Amino acid sequence: MTSAPLLHVKGLRVGFATEGGELQAVDGVSFDLAPGEVLAIVGESGSGKSVTAQTIIGLTRSPNARIEGSVRLRDTELMNASEAELRRFRGEQIAMVFQDPMTSLNPVYRVGDQIVEAIRAHREKMSNAEARKLAVEMLGSVGIPEPARRVDDYPHEFSGGMRQRAMIAMALALAPDVLIADEPTTALDVTIQAQILDLLGGLNRERNLATILITHDLGVVAEVADRVLVMYAGRVVEEGTLDQIFYDPQHPYTWGLLGSLTRLDRPRPKRLPQIRGAPPSLLDLPTGCSFRPRCPHAFDRCTELPDLAARLEEASEHRDRCWLTPEQKREERGVEGRIGLEEPA
Amino acid sequence: MSGVGEPLLEVTDLVKHFPVKRGLLVDREVDRVRAVDGVSFGVAQGETLGLVGESGSGKSTLCRVVLQLLKPTSGSVRFEGEEIAGLSRRRMRPLRREMQMIFQDPYASLNPRKRVGQIVGEPLRLQGRASGAELRRRVQELLERVGLAPEHYGRYPHEFSGGQRQRVGIARALALRPKLIVADEPVSALDVSIRAQIVNLLDDLQDEFGLTYVFVAHDIGVVRHISDRIAVMHDGKIVEQGPADRVCEQPADPYTKTLLAAVPVPDPRESRAQRTGTAQP
Repeated sequence: MTSAPLLHVKGLRVGFATEGGELQAVDGVSFDLAPGEVLAIVGESGSGKSVTAQTIIGLTRSPNARIEGSVRLRDTELMNASEAELRRFRGEQIAMVFQDPMTSLNPVYRVGDQIVEAIRAHREKMSNAEARKLAVEMLGSVGIPEPARRVDDYPHEFSGGMRQRAMIAMALALAPDVLIADEPTTALDVTIQAQILDLLGGLNRERNLATILITHDLGVVAEVADRVLVMYAGRVVEEGTLDQIFYDPQHPYTWGLLGSLTRLDRPRPKRLPQIRGAPPSLLDLPTGCSFRPRCPHAFDRCTELPDLAARLEEASEHRDRCWLTPEQKREERGVEGRIGLEEPA
Repeated sequence: MSGVGEPLLEVTDLVKHFPVKRGLLVDREVDRVRAVDGVSFGVAQGETLGLVGESGSGKSTLCRVVLQLLKPTSGSVRFEGEEIAGLSRRRMRPLRREMQMIFQDPYASLNPRKRVGQIVGEPLRLQGRASGAELRRRVQELLERVGLAPEHYGRYPHEFSGGQRQRVGIARALALRPKLIVADEPVSALDVSIRAQIVNLLDDLQDEFGLTYVFVAHDIGVVRHISDRIAVMHDGKIVEQGPADRVCEQPADPYTKTLLAAVPVPDPRESRAQRTGTAQP
């Protein structure tokens, strides 16, 4: 599963100057991504998961943004890349698929023409006919029926699921090494979501594609991810393998997320376990641990920001930002035999 | 909780077709969209009926036809035994206070230029139930009841988070002490950690006020949690309805089975087992 990292992100910080003051949207995110690996970044709105992804491919550059840290793709530092260089990297090496396939496709151009345009922007020597052939081939490979005919359809003639397939076809046409998928199934129906997840999983295996999956849905994560980063208010609060996050979660926020999931294969609880309060404003973060005001297990030390560290002897790649001891955590997170966030007894 | 009391709402053979018209001078009907195509169900007093289905299944149209926000093509909607399908706006008005709606998008369903106090107080004012200091007191009570603070009275919607806005929408729906609340995707736009708070709030309010809910959502997990009974909609028809646990655990209709099978299982071991075809019992 893990070989030499393809993408190496270190100490990524993104701040924005806003009317209300400067806010830190992303505060020190680091991770490695290997070929063929699926890394899920999980969080709620304002957690910094999308800003992290957009910054990797240089989409957050603006006079109001302050970006620090390093993003290395193989041997190239993307943070220092010029706009022209970045344009070449986008699509060729790192591609992105967004949540809403309707707004990412131009409604007045045929789907195929948009894919051809994307291809030829990078492959100047390729003829129109060759690019079109590739577009048809790509549409076929993502499961569009009769691709040679549908290539001439307009976006409105495609269903939501087909549009997302077309976006994936466009993203993968230039055989990138890294795919960033930002909530790729959130706007889709659950039966279509299952198809798109299958498609992404298959592509990931066939092409050895490294994938960053941004989502708020732990059900989706469970189906496709190898590793997970849990983000809260701009910081990674826990990272680990899929099984570590689901079966031995160390951060109370992760417990809360897992606890509030509804399971169709289990008897329903009387009340849905909830996390109290709401995520903090990035303009007015609490001191220390950002989750402290919502955490029923908070104590004195939580006013001091815990670093993201491996706190379990047996698992060095499992890291979290919580001062509770591993013994306390295992004790406190159990709620009626399940994981959850509850007031301590 | 289930099967309590008399049917509050009874829907029989409800149909809503939208004509597709074409023509230069005279519109000819060339086709029709069968958004709701012969739907029957009942909801007992104090019960929650969950309505699930994918986009385009007709569930939102059904809500609007039941509340007479859209005129049905044919069929019957009885509320407390009284036929309301086709009632004039004037004759519907006294019934409106008995049935309220909560919408999906708390950003779009609150007037951004009005203060929260006005938004929540509007139904009381329009129905001539309260005014002046009495209105203010009742609105503040409502705000507190849904988990907001009385001082939120003077704030504008943009000053609130998504979860708080949905609480405002709930307070507005509650203002006239309705018997029936139709909630159309009330938690889909909310963050995961907030979703459970709102579901639990709706649960508490039901107990406190004896409310009857029609709860519409595409998230079957949430629907099963809150519902006594579930109806599954597909292509304008209810393909299956029954007690919530029964529909989820032993679905009878092939479409319900497909829908349930597509829901991701938030349990990696389980989903690995399903993928390799060695599903655990």
